[in-house]
Amino acid sequence: MAEYKLTTPLTDEDIIKLKAGDKVYLSGVVYTARDAAHMRMVKALDEGKELPFDIKGQIIYYVGPSPARPGKPIGSAGPTTSYRMNPFAPRLISLGQKGMIGKGKMSDEVKQACIQYKACYFVSIGGAAAVVGSSVKEAEIIAYPELGPEAVRKLVVEDMPLFVCYDAHGNDLYEMAKKEWANKYNLA
Amino acid sequence: MAEVRNISVKDVEEAVYKLALEAAYHIPEDVLEAEKRAYEKEKSPVAKQVLETIFQNIEVSAKEEFPLCQDTGLAVIFLEVGQDVHFVDGYLVDAINKGVERAYKDGYLRKSTCHPLTRENYGNNLPAVIHTFVVPGNKVKIIFDAKGGGSESMSKVQMLKPADGRDGIIQTVVDWVIQAGPNPCPPVIVGVGIGGDFERAAVMAKHATLRKVGQPSDDPVLAEMEQEIFEKINNSGIGPAGLGGLTTCLGVHIEMEPCHIATLPLGINIACHVNRHKEIEL
Repeated sequence: MAEYKLTTPLTDEDIIKLKAGDKVYLSGVVYTARDAAHMRMVKALDEGKELPFDIKGQIIYYVGPSPARPGKPIGSAGPTTSYRMNPFAPRLISLGQKGMIGKGKMSDEVKQACIQYKACYFVSIGGAAAVVGSSVKEAEIIAYPELGPEAVRKLVVEDMPLFVCYDAHGNDLYEMAKKEWANKYNLA
Repeated sequence: MAEVRNISVKDVEEAVYKLALEAAYHIPEDVLEAEKRAYEKEKSPVAKQVLETIFQNIEVSAKEEFPLCQDTGLAVIFLEVGQDVHFVDGYLVDAINKGVERAYKDGYLRKSTCHPLTRENYGNNLPAVIHTFVVPGNKVKIIFDAKGGGSESMSKVQMLKPADGRDGIIQTVVDWVIQAGPNPCPPVIVGVGIGGDFERAAVMAKHATLRKVGQPSDDPVLAEMEQEIFEKINNSGIGPAGLGGLTTCLGVHIEMEPCHIATLPLGINIACHVNRHKEIEL
């Protein structure tokens, strides 16, 4: 398992070197969107409208942060469960999105899109939201403010710790880890 | 019969307010203890790292009043009302909701309730989900449970056949939790409700997640089932955050009630490792 420092926007070369299980410290701009924002974005695409940000090379963080206290850029901001974005992620990946950050499993369609268009699904530790939130240095709502916690935000993150979960080569960290430790347990 | 006692709903509001804030920033001691026990037993280095991050999160949250999880939950309240209590100064449910609304605003907690179809956020985290039970005496016990959506979405009620019995229940719970895998933020606490009817099974399952973690059921038959389910889930290898290891669940808690001769209701409610609940008696 390798460790990488990456800065967005990401390129095909950045993605290809990553393998499931690698640790990544991510810096740069990350966009947030979750259920309601994805519904709006895909509706915009269906209507021939533009997305609220240029998605090429970008990463979407599935998060609905808690409100920021005065003087802080953001509140707690851990990942939300990703499978709810299954219906939307392949389409956005086909438009140049290079990655998603969330937690939990995603669909085979998402895995296939990662292979086809060279993208990665990164996971961070669900629930560890105070710690994850502290890697966010700036935050600004750029679309759908009426959605409150579900609004699209532009974050600037510094060394956000992530694991590569689905890589562009078809590997799945969750399946690998589960098998490895189930086997170890039964051998013990 | 206890003497009838007046309780002001303003005191209930204040209690709910404090419990909601307390729950958001401070993990219950028994949950932390269970996580520490898991850490000692864990053999996977990645799992140990994940658990260390969880401990760090608990510290940062308590110190800086950053919520433990950004999903500060739906406000679920188990209310045990003594039958000799008389509420005064207003309507009880309004007072509870007011306490929730104030806490979520003042504490910078995320408001997570929305219209189920339009998904429009109500911006106040209301209404609270309130389960009321009438008990003997003239006191009121308020249990506040901040229930996050990730683990809640991995919960279910299944109507089994009576012939499925003990082993069918165990298999269903184990398969379900393993299938949920990393989604509900393992290590999880699994609440199981057996019997009652359709909705009682679900309420029991959620109530069971609030028992002290790892404290076995008083019923030896259920305690044995809890242990068997616990071991099978932890043998799955899913591990903390789903990144592999020996700690997929911290505890399995079962509650049971009689059911109809034609049914075997089974409720499964999952609480994540940030199992936030606080209680008080007035």
